[in-house]
Amino acid sequence: MAIMTYRQALNDTLGEELARDSNVVLMGEEIGKFQGSYRITEGLQSEFGKHRVVDTPIAEEGFVGLAVGAAMLGMRPIVEIMTINFILVAIDQIVNHASKIHYMFGGQVRVPLVIRTPSGGVGQLAATHSQSFENWFAYCPGLKVVAPATPYDVKGLMRSAVRDDDPVIFIESLALYDTKGEVPRDEDYTLPIGVAEVKRAGTDVTVVSYSRMTVVALQVAQNLAQEGISVEVVDLRSLRPLDRTTIIESVKKTNRAVVLEEDWYSYGIGAEIAATIQEGAFDYLDAPVLRVAGVEVPLPYAAKLSQASKPGAPDLIRAIKRVLEGGKQWPK
Amino acid sequence: MAKRTNQPTTGAEPAGRDLSSENPQELQQYYAQMLLLRRFEERTSEMYTKAKIGGYCHLNLGEEATIVGLMAALTPADYIFTNYREHGYIIARGVAPGPVMAELFGKETGVSRGRGGSMHLFDATAHFMGGYAIVGGQLPLATGAAYALKYQGKPGVVVCQMGDATTNIGAWHESLNLAALWDLPVIFLVVNNGYGMGTTVDEGAAEPDLYKRGCAFRMHGERVDGTDVLAMRDATRRLRERAEQEKKPAILEAVSFRFRGHSVIDSDRYRDPEAVKQGRNANDPLPHFAHQLVLAGVVDDAWLKATASRIDQEVQEAIDFAEHSPNPKIEDLFDYMYATPVPNTPGRAEAAIIAQNAQGGR
Repeated sequence: MAIMTYRQALNDTLGEELARDSNVVLMGEEIGKFQGSYRITEGLQSEFGKHRVVDTPIAEEGFVGLAVGAAMLGMRPIVEIMTINFILVAIDQIVNHASKIHYMFGGQVRVPLVIRTPSGGVGQLAATHSQSFENWFAYCPGLKVVAPATPYDVKGLMRSAVRDDDPVIFIESLALYDTKGEVPRDEDYTLPIGVAEVKRAGTDVTVVSYSRMTVVALQVAQNLAQEGISVEVVDLRSLRPLDRTTIIESVKKTNRAVVLEEDWYSYGIGAEIAATIQEGAFDYLDAPVLRVAGVEVPLPYAAKLSQASKPGAPDLIRAIKRVLEGGKQWPK
Repeated sequence: MAKRTNQPTTGAEPAGRDLSSENPQELQQYYAQMLLLRRFEERTSEMYTKAKIGGYCHLNLGEEATIVGLMAALTPADYIFTNYREHGYIIARGVAPGPVMAELFGKETGVSRGRGGSMHLFDATAHFMGGYAIVGGQLPLATGAAYALKYQGKPGVVVCQMGDATTNIGAWHESLNLAALWDLPVIFLVVNNGYGMGTTVDEGAAEPDLYKRGCAFRMHGERVDGTDVLAMRDATRRLRERAEQEKKPAILEAVSFRFRGHSVIDSDRYRDPEAVKQGRNANDPLPHFAHQLVLAGVVDDAWLKATASRIDQEVQEAIDFAEHSPNPKIEDLFDYMYATPVPNTPGRAEAAIIAQNAQGGR
C-alpha cells in the first residue's frame, strides 16, 4: 500500500490510461501548459504531448460537444470542466446529446466519454463558484454519475469510467484534493459503477453520503463512537445508477437514517435517498429520515454567512441525535 | 428594422445549359434521386395527415438539388451530421427508403429502431451520424468527428448540415472557432431556405450574407444556388478536397426556397400565399433540371414518365414496408440504455412489468 492524495490518485490514473490506450485524450481549459487550475493534470502534457493533453479555448459547449463527437468515432476523451459551475454552459451537449445518442439511435453508436469536474465549495468562492450540480446529471437517464470520496475509490472508479462505453460524469471535490488515503501499488483494480459501499459498519443509525460529505460522516461516526453511538456510513460512490439495495439493507438494520449532502436541501440527492428509504424500508423506520444539506441561498461571500450556509459535522451530529431521540416533535 | 439585403435568388438557370462534359448516366441518377426525395416527402406528408407518423415532421421539399448535389460529391469515408430536416439526406446517402419510412412510423425496422423518429435518423454503416433536433447541437459533434478523423489519421471529411437560423446560436461560434483553430476537415453546410420557422434571415442575422459569417474565424465561405444540383455538387467537391487535403474547414451556404411551412403542422400563415406560389415555381429544382436534361438530349419524355412511375412504386413499397413492420416491444424498453452494463440499472425484468401494466400496449 502507498499513501497518496486524492489529487495524486487522479493524476496517476489519468497518466496510466493515457499510456494504456492511444484513443484516450485529455481536454480542457489550462490543463496542459498551465498544468491544470488545480494541478490534477500536472506533468501530463510534457509526458504525452500536446495532441494527447489538449488545451482548449474557453468554450465549454464547444469542446464538450467536440469530445462527444470524437467519442462517436471511437476516441475516448476525458474532459476537464474547471469547476462544475461552468458545466452549465455545456449542459445541452451533455443532457440533450451525450446521454441520448446511444439509446435514441437504437444502439448504433457509443459515447465513451468522461467529464471530470470538482463540485461543491471551499473557502470564500461565493455564489457562482461554490455550487453542487451533480443531482442535475444524476437525474438524467443515459448518463452515469460517480462521486468518489477517497483516493482508493478515485483510482478504481476512474479506471472504470475511462473503460466504460457510456458518458460518465466524474464528480470530484476541491476540498478533497489534498486529502490522503491508502492505495495499492502496481495493481490495476477497478470498482464497479453503480455500487455503493458501507464504509463503516454500525447499528444505531445509517448516514448516507457521497464525495466530501462521506469524509465528514466518517469523522463524525468516529467521534460519536466515543459517546457510545454506533453510526453506519453508506458511501454512495455512484449517483446514477443508484445502489438502492445497499441503502435499504442498511436502514433495515439500523432503523434510522440521515442523509448528509453538500447540495441545496430541496430537490437534492437527499430527497431521492429519503424517498428510496420510505419505499424500501418504511416498516423498519423508527424515526423520519432527516436531510442535512446546504442552506438555500446563493452562497454569500462573507466568511460567517458562508460558513453558516454550508452543512458540516455539527449539523450532522444534531440530526443523528434527533433521530435517535425518536418520538419527539419533528419541525424542520 | 431596415433590411440589409434581399434574400438571394436561386434557380432561373438559362435552359440551354452545356452538359456535354457530364456523364449522362450520372445526370439521370441525380434527377431520379431528386424525384425520389420529392415523392418521399409528399407521401410522408400524406402519411402524417393519416396519423401514421407522429411528433414533429420537417420536409426537404425544395431542397432536393442541395441534397443530391451534396451527396454526389461525398465519398463513403465521409461522415454526415444534420439537423432534424433530414429525411432526404439519409436517403440520398444510400439508405433504403423503407427503413427510413419505418422510422417515421415508429417501427422496430426503422433506421433508429423506432427510438428516434423523424428528427433522429441514423445509420452507422452509411456514416450518417444523426439528425439532431436541438438547433446547433450537431455543430460541436461534427467538429469532434472531424477532430477524430484528423487525430486517427483517417481519410474523409465531415459535413455538418444546418438551417440558416443556426448561424445565430452560440454553438455555431464555438464550433467554427475550434474547427478553424485546429484545422479540422469539416464543411459547415448552411441550408438557407429563407426562414427559421417564421423569422426571416434578415430578421435574425446581423450579417445576413451567411457565408461571410466565418470571417471572424478567418474561415473560407461561399454561396451556391442550392436549387442547382450540379453547382451544388461542384462546390461541395471543391470544399471537400480542400478540407481533406489541407485540413481547412469551410462554410457552404446553399440557397433554396422552402415550399411549405416550417413543419407539416405549420400552416405558413406568416407568408403571402401568392409569393410562396411564385417562389415555388421560380425555385423548383426538378422541372428546371428535367428541362435541361431534355434539351441536352440526356432524357426524353418517355424516360421521365418511366422514372416517375418507378419512383412512385419505390415509395409505395417503402410505405408498405413501414406499414407491415412490427412495433418495438415494450419488453425491449430498456435495451440500448447503456452500452456497458452496470449493476442497478433497469433491464428486461423491469420492462416486462411495464409491458404488463401498459394499457393497450404493443
